[in-house]
Amino acid sequence: MAKIQLKSVSKAYGNNKKVIEDMNLEIQDGSFTVLVGPSGCGKSTTLRIIAGLEEVSSGEIWIGDRLVNDVAPGKRGISMVFQNYALYPTMSVRGNIEFGLENMKIPKAERKKMVEEIAEVVDLTEYLDKKPQNLSGGQRQRVALARAMVKKPDVFIFDEPLSNLDAKLRGQMRTELIQLHKRLGTTFIYVTHDQVEAMSMGDEIVILDKGHIMQQAAPMEVYHNPANQFVANFIGTPSMNVLPKSMVEGKTGMITDERISYIGFRPEHADMQMEKLDTSGINLSCEIITMETLGSETLYLVNSDAGQFQVKSFHAPLIDTKKVHVTIPMDKLYYFDTQGNRVFVEEIPFQTPVREARGEVLV
Amino acid sequence: MRSVKWRPYLFVAPAIIVFLVFFIQPIFYMIYLSFHDWNFISPDKTFVGLGNFKELLSDPMFLEVIRNTLMYTFFTVLFSISIALLMSIWLNKQGWMYSFVQGAVFSPHIISLVSIAMLWMWIMDADYGLLNWVLSLVGLEKVPWLTDPNTALSSLIIIAVWKNIGYFTLIIIAGLQSIPKHLYEAAALDRTPPWRRFAKITFPMLSPSLFFLTIIGILDSIKVFETISIITKGGPLNSTNTLVYYIYENGFIFFKIGYASAAGVILLVILSILTLLYFKVLSKRVHYQ
Repeated sequence: MAKIQLKSVSKAYGNNKKVIEDMNLEIQDGSFTVLVGPSGCGKSTTLRIIAGLEEVSSGEIWIGDRLVNDVAPGKRGISMVFQNYALYPTMSVRGNIEFGLENMKIPKAERKKMVEEIAEVVDLTEYLDKKPQNLSGGQRQRVALARAMVKKPDVFIFDEPLSNLDAKLRGQMRTELIQLHKRLGTTFIYVTHDQVEAMSMGDEIVILDKGHIMQQAAPMEVYHNPANQFVANFIGTPSMNVLPKSMVEGKTGMITDERISYIGFRPEHADMQMEKLDTSGINLSCEIITMETLGSETLYLVNSDAGQFQVKSFHAPLIDTKKVHVTIPMDKLYYFDTQGNRVFVEEIPFQTPVREARGEVLV
Repeated sequence: MRSVKWRPYLFVAPAIIVFLVFFIQPIFYMIYLSFHDWNFISPDKTFVGLGNFKELLSDPMFLEVIRNTLMYTFFTVLFSISIALLMSIWLNKQGWMYSFVQGAVFSPHIISLVSIAMLWMWIMDADYGLLNWVLSLVGLEKVPWLTDPNTALSSLIIIAVWKNIGYFTLIIIAGLQSIPKHLYEAAALDRTPPWRRFAKITFPMLSPSLFFLTIIGILDSIKVFETISIITKGGPLNSTNTLVYYIYENGFIFFKIGYASAAGVILLVILSILTLLYFKVLSKRVHYQ
């Protein structure tokens, strides 16, 4: 049972170079929480603070009902899987898995049993006496997992564990980790810079930027209801289009709130037609610059007088077409102020996307 | 294309010729001389077969020389590596003081051995030496460092260790710094006690450096010459006479070239056996990344 809480945690290196500033974070027991953000946003530092590999400059770290600021990493009930696995290169696979157990003074017979059980789980039984350097990337990853699991921790911590694997193996490990989380039911904290990984794995996403939490919510909530322009840009492939209000103004004449300075919409919510439609919403005449056909969908980069933006379409690709009209319905628009914070407009309340409500599948 | 066959040999010929003339030929010439009796000047070399070797191996002085050499080598390497290991663990930190000490311990390595020998002759002088003066300050008796057969070899070992430590420390620090930090982080999460962290992670990861230093150390110590030639000349009572000095003495002072060559062959055999041993026995325990 381990809920994790960071209470106004700050971390600075050297002279006031603040990596994390006054962070308050609560990670629910048994959740699969993903910390995501661009490089240098403080996500790995946050993780290492929880693990005890970095000391905080100020603030409190609670694991369960224990204040762990001064508790050694090994005594926090945490197991960690490192980005480069950090396997002990001079020990066999068995030695690697067993090492922590030996330190905990677990009797030999019991240790042997535990190692063999865990090797069975991660499918490494025949490699137990091999050295890590003789294993493939995926197998090393499994050894790292086994080493973490065998200690039966309250919290698992993953620091970009899949970034060294090739795309196919990464997809496979992703599913395996989700299953593992379901089976163990322990708290998983997972750091990644890959928003696809974050969306697909987490049941809770924490988006960080420059040492601040930008939003913490469930994946779909983050996608449909971003708290600010940063989250809107970061989550979703391709990211949300954001145009300055002044450029779009004449096209709608309906947005009057003066707090608004940017208008955003998702590429998949833009409708593309050959003819100009007379519907409510933003209507833009555009020119197609590039087209990426991805099979199930097509991605267009278009140019309009309001600026360049992307459109995702699930219809057959428009080959040989240059001039198109793009319509974005009013209820699909997101508004942001000068600071990039979300502005909720009274007259046009945010709704669940209509197409989803109609039962159409959104990817 | 007949020319292709000899052309590669032509290109490597300069290197091969230099190697043959200056490295291989002397070795074979030494082996040839070891079967002869020759005084360096006379035009005739008398063939004596294994006579020189028989004489050597039945000479109690030669056996003492071998014993001295092995003792000197063993203790020099043992103390150099263990002290350097402790020093590097202590010095492997950030800070101007640590960098200064690192530089300071390295300085003996760049001083010529002759100067070192002269310096230590003064330090270890029984009457006017620094060491005995320090001992007298704390009320201890004077030690006849270099003039007593019981302490002379140990004194030479101290000098060799003093010279080696700087270089050895540097190599080990480099080894320590190449150990990935995340291994120690994993160890911290695995609740590893400090001594076990050293035995199971640091030491095995250092094994390539330590292996290298063992080989360098043994080869260097077995061939010790300068300090002995300057400080003790093999004395007192033959107690610091080592193989290379013995060869020099017989060859260039007594002009017993055949006899000296035979001793040289024995040195060659000892070094070859040791080198084979390291690679057979030790290299299996060395971890290369």
